[in-house]
Amino acid sequence: MKKFLVALAFVAPLVAQANEAEIKLESAPIDVRDVASLQAGARTFVNYCLNCHSASLMRYNRLGDLGLSEQQIKDNLMFTADKVGEMMNIGMNKKDAAEWFGAAPPDLSVTARSRGADWLYGYLRGFYRDPSSATGWNNTVFDRVAMPHVLWQLQGERILKEEVVKDAAGKEAKDGHGNVMKIARFETVTPGALSPLEYDTTVRDLVNFMTWMSEPTQVLRKQVGVWVLFFLTLLVALSYALYKEFWKDVH
Amino acid sequence: MAATEKQPITAVGPFNGILTWIDARFPLVSMWKEHLSEYYAPKNFNFWYYFGSLALLVLVLQIFTGIFLTMSYKPDAAQAFASVEFIMREVPWGWLIRYMHSTGASFFFICVYLHMFRAMLYGSYRKPRELLWIFGMFIYLCLMAEAFFGYLLPWGQMSYWGAQVIVNLFDAVPFIGHDLAIWIRGDYVISDATLNRFFAFHVIAIPFVLAGLVAAHVLALHEVGSNNPDGIEIKKNKDPKTGIPLDGIPFHPYYTVKDIFGVSVFLLVFAVILFFAPELGGYFLEYNNFIPADPFKTPQHIAPVWYFTPFYSILRANTINFFWIDAKVWGVIAMGAAVMILFLLPWLDRSPAKSIRYRGPIYKSTLALFVVCFLILGYLGTQGVTEGRTLMAQICTVLYFLFFILMPWYTTIDKCKPEPERVKK
Repeated sequence: MKKFLVALAFVAPLVAQANEAEIKLESAPIDVRDVASLQAGARTFVNYCLNCHSASLMRYNRLGDLGLSEQQIKDNLMFTADKVGEMMNIGMNKKDAAEWFGAAPPDLSVTARSRGADWLYGYLRGFYRDPSSATGWNNTVFDRVAMPHVLWQLQGERILKEEVVKDAAGKEAKDGHGNVMKIARFETVTPGALSPLEYDTTVRDLVNFMTWMSEPTQVLRKQVGVWVLFFLTLLVALSYALYKEFWKDVH
Repeated sequence: MAATEKQPITAVGPFNGILTWIDARFPLVSMWKEHLSEYYAPKNFNFWYYFGSLALLVLVLQIFTGIFLTMSYKPDAAQAFASVEFIMREVPWGWLIRYMHSTGASFFFICVYLHMFRAMLYGSYRKPRELLWIFGMFIYLCLMAEAFFGYLLPWGQMSYWGAQVIVNLFDAVPFIGHDLAIWIRGDYVISDATLNRFFAFHVIAIPFVLAGLVAAHVLALHEVGSNNPDGIEIKKNKDPKTGIPLDGIPFHPYYTVKDIFGVSVFLLVFAVILFFAPELGGYFLEYNNFIPADPFKTPQHIAPVWYFTPFYSILRANTINFFWIDAKVWGVIAMGAAVMILFLLPWLDRSPAKSIRYRGPIYKSTLALFVVCFLILGYLGTQGVTEGRTLMAQICTVLYFLFFILMPWYTTIDKCKPEPERVKK
């Protein structure tokens, strides 16, 4: 059964140039207050992403917000800089990158805010083998993406298998427009170092980290917000009482 | 009045001396009286009358947060995007200042739209308040310019392409259009030169004019006196002894204290969005604006921020080339006319009653229809174009204009109720 693991299936006419917007994305099970998950995500990020992608708006020692000491950051997470006060930059030149990959890998500092966590979660779990593409990889969420499957050793190699849906009578099922209904499933060809569940968790942590990194103050923002609302509720009550007191004599 | 003729101030205890000294050299007491303690406002203001003072509050908020943002922002195409994120990440409480400013921009429009709608409900633009309305319309124009210039500054994809779309509209001007667009941009595309001049307009030119217009708006209001939900003039019924309107109450303390309550409720709503949903689902901060501007990559779907979408819909609704003139030109004309026609409101409205309370069923229905059209146009402006949506936008655009064009006719045949002598509680 392991061979037939369905990571993502969608019942829709599967056209080669599937529009990005048409994909229904799974909701990413992230929690930006889960520090252990964020630390794991940070580790995956610096090991797998921060070679081609930069996060140039993010300072290394900001990772201290995740409960790490400067020494821990230096020893475990800092491969592209000398000082913890530096930004998460990379050595690769944008021009070279554009030549090598067709498009320069974008900076990932705020990508989670433009793409959204759900998109990233689907994208990083949507790679499959496609011999027709330049890198040998394709993606269900981002068709013919220039990026190869960087996490393939963890996830393994998969292909996308298309099947025609059969109805109860064993005939080809048709949708409302009279098109033959097809279903696409992932089929694992070579298993990776991680089980599918472990892989999903790794991606979850990575997406969680990227979401946190896109706005490192978001937890503080909500904490402050609670106090502000508390204060303002008092102010509303007081100012209402004041207003009623003054207006007693208006008839 | 010469200094010696003024009475010394006796009412404020330890400050009597200093206030007497100032009042001898500056019309402090008379200004205080004229605009606050002896400015008599109708006593029957309702919910809709909060939004004027709230708009003023947001203006102050925008100016203050803007000053602090300017201290860290870099108006430079190579650094602008990163400098905004620098404010969000590195500047102490920078995220708070920035979100106050971005949320404030949307709330400015919410307040101003509700404030304008109030005027349409109670006929606040009618004689003798035509000039007050015109000053208000100029404020609205300034606000649109301010929002447009400011939106380029974060230098995200929507900043860039939104500005590109709007500046390209000037291309539609006959003969000089192309050169005009280049002159506005300072370049052939939106670039560093454009960013710098938009910054200049956003931080000094427009706010300066805006502040002056707001002062003129308030002065004009205090000259003619406030309208009220009954749409009648309280100055017609004055106390024969004191000369004070019988239905008027001093602005201070009655309306200052009431507005403080309004401000508290407003801040509560403002804080909920600021702290818990600053993007408001992409309506206050568009998701695509977190991608740095890329002149070589046009986004699939360019949408302005919500407060411009009704007019954007009107722009896109024109798809026919009338009289051998390009549809795009008509779109620009229609969009401009949709804003400008509001200036004429005081003269288009011929109804004998000012307030919706005493107007007939025709105006009540047309105003409701107008609001529905405006909201539909606003929604459509956030969406991509389809045939059905374009048709819907065309219908709403026609109804939008008919509301104004037919107003002189339908307001005269409408069956109005008689206005009361005195305001109702």
